[in-house]
Amino acid sequence: MFSSFMLNAWEVGSVVALVAGLVGYFVVLRRAAFAAHAIPNGAFAGAAGASLIGQSTLLGLGVFSVLGGVAITLMGRRGRNDVATALVLVAMLGLGSAFLSQGTGYEGQLYGLLFGEILGVSSSSVVPVFILGACTCAIILALFRPLLLASTAPDLARAQGIRVQWLDMAFGVMLALTTTLTVPVVGALLMFPLMIGPPAAARICTKRPGAALALSAAFALVVLWVSLALAYQLNWPVGFFVGCGSALLYATVRVGTRLRAMSH
Amino acid sequence: MRYLFEPGLFSSSPALHALFLSAVVAAVSAVVGVYVILRSNSFSGHALTDVATTGGAGAAFVGFAPLVGFIGGALAGAGAIEVVGRDNAQHRDTATGLVLGAATGLSALFLYLTATNSTTTGVTQQVLFGSIFSVSTATIPVAALLAILIVGVMGLIARPLTLASLSPDIARAHGVPSRRLGVIFLVCTSVSVGLSAITLGSVLSTALIIGPAATALRLSKNIWRATLASVAIGIGACWAGIVIAYDSYYWHRSSQELPVSCCVVAVIVAFYGASSALRRLRSRHV
Repeated sequence: MFSSFMLNAWEVGSVVALVAGLVGYFVVLRRAAFAAHAIPNGAFAGAAGASLIGQSTLLGLGVFSVLGGVAITLMGRRGRNDVATALVLVAMLGLGSAFLSQGTGYEGQLYGLLFGEILGVSSSSVVPVFILGACTCAIILALFRPLLLASTAPDLARAQGIRVQWLDMAFGVMLALTTTLTVPVVGALLMFPLMIGPPAAARICTKRPGAALALSAAFALVVLWVSLALAYQLNWPVGFFVGCGSALLYATVRVGTRLRAMSH
Repeated sequence: MRYLFEPGLFSSSPALHALFLSAVVAAVSAVVGVYVILRSNSFSGHALTDVATTGGAGAAFVGFAPLVGFIGGALAGAGAIEVVGRDNAQHRDTATGLVLGAATGLSALFLYLTATNSTTTGVTQQVLFGSIFSVSTATIPVAALLAILIVGVMGLIARPLTLASLSPDIARAHGVPSRRLGVIFLVCTSVSVGLSAITLGSVLSTALIIGPAATALRLSKNIWRATLASVAIGIGACWAGIVIAYDSYYWHRSSQELPVSCCVVAVIVAFYGASSALRRLRSRHV
């Protein structure tokens, strides 16, 4: 299970889970699940486009996810946030289907982009993933306090002179970076559960922000490690274990806390 | 006319079926979509299309009829969202996310198993992006029947649902059963989403629910007029998209036609952009 080709998967997967857990905490806090779903989903169009013109998929993912994050933040400022997100998402997916139709022989690659191919992580993608991961972690830790305040009490943050609009934009870009990082590994559809399940479970366990943030990252790591091990053993897609594992984790924690509350 | 509609569009029966079916589905989605937007349910509206896709993938794996899979998937997803998000309406967003995550995980498994167990190729693309030109003719009457049913139910609950969506407190004071209405509406949404996901693919299905309704609600604040406008925009966008996709076969030297979903989405986004511009012009004149 720890042979050389799996080593990349363990390394990259751990970075991905750590970042997803940290960013996910703010996703759940800000009720931005839709954006967190839409950006990676739409960014997959970028990967399809990049492979069509012969560029690296990481570049395509990066460009599309940053564009998507900025568009969602800007359009959400005026008008309704969820409608803006939905429209940006369908526009990007529409483009993606056009790119797909123009390329040929894309079935396997399509499946990989959507559902991830962690067992096929190449050594060349380890370094970029580590750099991107470190950047995202640094942004989160640097912005932790103002972002926390802006996410929970925007008016209060504004009164304290925090530029909430800039923070919103920073959050959008952070989501985009996370997307670029995770899509090639766990897939466009499946990095999303990792950003929702563990943080939501962590927030049930503790109300203190710092502890919840740490717990969320720990949960995400556990989910990913277990998923990787199971995927290796059973030879089923890793995305299945990530998706259902995240939901299962949340359900267990929620039922557990309720049982404990009842026995008291 | 000859330059607008390439030869053979109106004599090809798959194209005619596509025009009819897309109009039916677009109309239903447009009606449901107005209330999806009024209730700020865009995320669950979109999530249901993906959950429906999981059902479709499951049906493809087990060998059930796709329509059963799509609609069953959407209904199960709606039930799960309702159960997880019941205790705290505030966290509906997270509840939707959790269900969506689990569902995508399942579809990964189904698609993987289908792809490894059978010789059929293109399952992933088919399920996700759909192709209206390849819908089986047997689905059409069923789809039309379900569509009539949904529009009928929506017509019955429209008035109280509007009140319950816009001002829940007043609705409660009037004794409107908001919860029950919400559940009925969710069932309607699920069936309509299942229907559109099977005919148009899950990408287009979100576009048809959100796009026309969002455009219409920008043009008119009157709910009836907005619903009518939404239906008109939905059908118009679908037909325009199909014609463009059909024509695009002749544009390019490679003779690689553009997918219908891409063309329809482009028309819908253009409509929405035009409505934004129109609204800005109007507000300047006042």
